[in-house]
Amino acid sequence: MARNKGRKNPEINSSSMADIAFLLLIFFLVTTTIANDKGLLIPLPPDPDQMEDIDIKIPERNLFKIQINSADKMLVEGEPFTADTKEIKQMIKDFVNNNGRDPLSSDNPKKAIVSLKTDRGTTQAKFIEVLDNVQAAYYEMYADRAGVTNKQWRKIIDNLKEPDNKRLYDIGRGVKDGEVEFPMNISIAEPTKIGG
Amino acid sequence: MSKFKKKANTSQDIPTSALPDIIFMLLFFFMVTTVLREVTINVKQRIPEATQLRKLERKSLVSYLYVGEPKKTDQWGSEPRIQANDVFIEPKDVVLWVSQEKDKLNEVERDQITIALKVDKDAKRGLISDIELQLRKANARKLLYSTIQEVPQ
Repeated sequence: MARNKGRKNPEINSSSMADIAFLLLIFFLVTTTIANDKGLLIPLPPDPDQMEDIDIKIPERNLFKIQINSADKMLVEGEPFTADTKEIKQMIKDFVNNNGRDPLSSDNPKKAIVSLKTDRGTTQAKFIEVLDNVQAAYYEMYADRAGVTNKQWRKIIDNLKEPDNKRLYDIGRGVKDGEVEFPMNISIAEPTKIGG
Repeated sequence: MSKFKKKANTSQDIPTSALPDIIFMLLFFFMVTTVLREVTINVKQRIPEATQLRKLERKSLVSYLYVGEPKKTDQWGSEPRIQANDVFIEPKDVVLWVSQEKDKLNEVERDQITIALKVDKDAKRGLISDIELQLRKANARKLLYSTIQEVPQ
């Protein structure tokens, strides 16, 4: 112990510690790509080769037709549509919730089908824009039925393992005796080849 | 005047001894959230924006396909191509690719596989629908179009 006499406390100079940490931090900042696992989720229909070819007649009134051509121009219910795409949302809501009132619109939500048909030359951007609005219409209607906001609804259906979420999910879709009274009938038809 | 000249006796230094700790905390945050990219993306990726985003809960069930115009147009042409892992594939190869991806999963989870399509804005629906048809044939029927959150104006 006598040897330590007269010496200062041994200390490591740690003032450059922050600099070292900064270097590491910048490295990770640069290499980081925050994973983007979000998007529009759609279920695909089964393999066409294994489906039986049944010709189902769907009455015209139960179809809400949206067509997009290769120049990204739209036809909604056979009429040229030039307004903001967001207006489709309200049109779909009116169509689905018609319940037979207007003889030209749907019988009931269960039978109502939104048909989305594109051309092979339609850009993905336009398609996403329209699909987004169609899904928004449905999510908002579900959310209203379940008494939550659209954002909450999407969170609920992303995590159906929780019994509480499952219950709200069934309320929103109107499940009665195992049958869904309010299905999300979005049909994405195979593209036409006209304006390839 | 002398009243104002009086200086307080306290030190005016900001203590910086906690600075390394703060930086380390940031560092650990980024270390934990970092996902090092496994594949080099060889196609242009301008992801479209949408509002109705859904989040995927189980990342292990997701497989990615990248679609867009190749970055090296002189080598690969300017037609949008499909990239799976590190190679360009044709729509007809999608079935094989899906079965390879399914083999990586547990047997009980194989039918829950989700395909995330990262599609460039300018890609055409024709190519995408070809992929969709092959996915239906391969019985991978959960599809996610990757989009980014649209900022409301």
